[in-house]
Amino acid sequence: MRKTVLILGAGSDMARALSAELAEGGYNLFLAGRNVHELSKDAKDLEIRFEIQAEALYFDALDTNSHPGFYDHLNPEPFGVVAAFGVLGDENLARRDPLEWQQIINTNYSGCVSILSLAANRMEKAGEGFIVGISSVAGDRGRAANYVYGSAKAGLSAFLSGLRNRLCRSGVRVITVKPGFVRTKMTRDLDLPSRLSATPEEAARDIFNAILSNRDVVYTRWMWRWIMAFIKHIPERIFKRMSI
Amino acid sequence: MENLPELLVANWNNYPRINARLWEFRTENQAVKLLDSLSRCIPRGLGRSYGDCSLEKNIISTPDFKRFIALDQKQEILECEAGISLDQILRTIIPRGLFLPVTPGTRHVTLGGAIASDVHGKNHHLHGAFGRHVLSLLLLTPGGEVIDCSREKNAEIFYAVCGGMGLLGLILSARIRLMPIQSTYISQLTIPAENLDHLMDLFETHEQSTYSVAWLDLLSRGRNFGHGLFMLGEHCLSGEITSKDLRRREKFGINIPFFMPGWIMNEHGLRAFNNLYHLRGKSGPGRSFPDLDDFFYPLDKVHNWNRFYGRKGFLQYQFVLPKEHSRLGLEKIQAHIQASGILPFLAVLKLLGPQAGPLSFPLQGYTLALDFPIKPGLSAMLSALDRLVHNLGGRIYLAKDARMSKLDFRRGYPEISRFLELKNKLDPKNKMASLQSKRLGLCAKPY
Ligand SMILES: Cc1cc2nc3c(=O)[nH]c(=O)nc-3n(C[C@H](O)[C@H](O)[C@H](O)COP(=O)(O)OP(=O)(O)OC[C@H]3O[C@@H](n4cnc5c(N)ncnc54)[C@H](O)[C@@H]3O)c2cc1C
Ligand SMILES: NC(=O)c1ccc[n+]([C@@H]2O[C@H](COP(=O)([O-])OP(=O)(O)OC[C@H]3O[C@@H](n4cnc5c(N)ncnc54)[C@H](OP(=O)(O)O)[C@@H]3O)[C@@H](O)[C@H]2O)c1
Repeated sequence: MRKTVLILGAGSDMARALSAELAEGGYNLFLAGRNVHELSKDAKDLEIRFEIQAEALYFDALDTNSHPGFYDHLNPEPFGVVAAFGVLGDENLARRDPLEWQQIINTNYSGCVSILSLAANRMEKAGEGFIVGISSVAGDRGRAANYVYGSAKAGLSAFLSGLRNRLCRSGVRVITVKPGFVRTKMTRDLDLPSRLSATPEEAARDIFNAILSNRDVVYTRWMWRWIMAFIKHIPERIFKRMSI
Repeated sequence: MENLPELLVANWNNYPRINARLWEFRTENQAVKLLDSLSRCIPRGLGRSYGDCSLEKNIISTPDFKRFIALDQKQEILECEAGISLDQILRTIIPRGLFLPVTPGTRHVTLGGAIASDVHGKNHHLHGAFGRHVLSLLLLTPGGEVIDCSREKNAEIFYAVCGGMGLLGLILSARIRLMPIQSTYISQLTIPAENLDHLMDLFETHEQSTYSVAWLDLLSRGRNFGHGLFMLGEHCLSGEITSKDLRRREKFGINIPFFMPGWIMNEHGLRAFNNLYHLRGKSGPGRSFPDLDDFFYPLDKVHNWNRFYGRKGFLQYQFVLPKEHSRLGLEKIQAHIQASGILPFLAVLKLLGPQAGPLSFPLQGYTLALDFPIKPGLSAMLSALDRLVHNLGGRIYLAKDARMSKLDFRRGYPEISRFLELKNKLDPKNKMASLQSKRLGLCAKPY
């Protein structure tokens, strides 16, 4: 029987590319997000291209009260869960406006903790499955340019690492994805350095390969692992004066 | 409106090349908003036309709008968003025993582009152009309405949009009929032809064959003029070919790969290549079993073959002559080309069936497609050909045009007034316009 994967934030460019990889790999899909109208068209498209089953579901990461009911209603229970939703937010606005920093933190961090905890408990019981969390290199070290977003992603990375530690013995895999730059809606207005930037398709392939292999933490593109290793090792007294 | 940088954009023949903004979209909603925000624009699919029909300062680029909407395998009906490529469609339908009832010589055109140019294939004489197999389509009109068009509903618009070159609005999606196939092979018969007469006789005696096309040598003179290869094809039925046939095919594949090293662009190279090509047929008629890609899309194997012509680009000149004038006309045209000394690289001949919509290219007669590298003297030579073609009651294919005059266009497409009436109704402000439509005067009255 085909296994089912739940994609949260399925309208994200990276998630759409990953959905195609997973569908081609033979997984059925739940595409969950806020724009169900478009997601159901995406679902139909995947069904036709890859002869799988796909269903669109309404999901709002910020509405954590709805999460237990949402997860309970999934039928069949997903074998894998991918949390791809996220917001970059407006860092300048977040300095002044509590609504903005709350939105950044609640989406990127709290939303993930809420829904992935539910998934983790089910999978732990089932003794199988995988969880993919899309964090960010921005969580590896806080920078002036986006530290609210970065701190939420840092929280998410720590959460995923702890979850992996907890679930390791029960046969559930947890994969942390740390994209560098990916050309998506989120970064449309930014001028990205081309050698360091992935297309959503490249990022999706990296994530899919991580699911198939035994990777715990994957950077995409790969060189970000080394770039971040370097950046993390810059002494704080120097780092604080830098603008990178 | 956000600021979008301009890019250098050209279609497949790299001429003309202009600065333009490419506006992309992924949903119908985005398309509606986009069209509303632009005062002048033209849709563009994968830019596989040769010329300026999908060029304008603001381009609505469709290839991100590419979802399958429905596939009914029993009824053999497919519905997709218009930016999907025929390549993606084929990848999905061939494994299910289905194929496109009409296909151009490349997989890399969009569904919308195939409809807007009402493209034809090697089976036009029997199965008509692409539009004949479109059951219905959704059109986003310049006024911002989404209308359902078919032979039953908005029929006049439907016929005009097939071949309408994007000038009546943006095709959002279409339902098309597919055809069943039993194998992915074609049974091909290749017959060498002595001269043009012989070639045309072959076309006419084999009018019942599904696929037919000829390659012809424009360099040969006198009685030999028009010697070439005539190729026929039928879909193989299941069990029709054995593994022995397939092995043979791999060893002696009769298909000529169209690899074109630079040297072939001069006359000596051209002659050598033509001779080589002809030699393949010298041994008499030959049966072979190419697969679908080898038979329909030989050029797709050479990625970016258009670059062989360099940055200056090239022109493809494709015209059709009414059948009764074809024999004489082709001889006149060949004589003219030979006298000019500007020789085309490739010459493909095909017998077409009757015309469909008002701007649709095919009409009953012979069509010849010629590729010319851009060089001094070409423009004058082609203008002279324009005159010959139109004096004979022929016309030029808009999807391959970057240079024809308004006057020639009017002579070639006498049903243009019918089209312009609709343009007046649907797009009185000429929101949809391309470099080509402006050159040819394809616009609503107050312009
Ligand atoms: C190698 C090769 C072989 C070819 N062989 C053949 C052949 O055998 N027979 C044949 O007929 N043609 C052939 N062609 C030409 C090609 O099929 C047509 O030019 C086709 O229209 C290209 O489609 P496109 O998606 O690239 O559209 P473009 O070239 O981008 O646009 C073509 C026209 O379609 C319009 N258009 C595109 N999308 C839409 C839309 N969604 N709504 C409204 N209008 C739209 C554009 O405005 C423009 O007028 C060939 C081309 C190549 C490169
Ligand atoms: N692009 C990069 O360079 C980059 C780098 C590092 C990390 N990332 C991370 O990668 C992930 C994917 O992002 P992307 O680049 O593909 O960007 P994207 O296309 O902008 O996708 C973000 C998605 O998150 C969804 N979303 C936002 N808030 C939500 C909520 N409350 N509930 C449900 N869904 C919500 C959005 O849904 P709607 O469609 O409904 O708005 C959107 O589909 C994100 O977690 C992002 O932080 C991206």
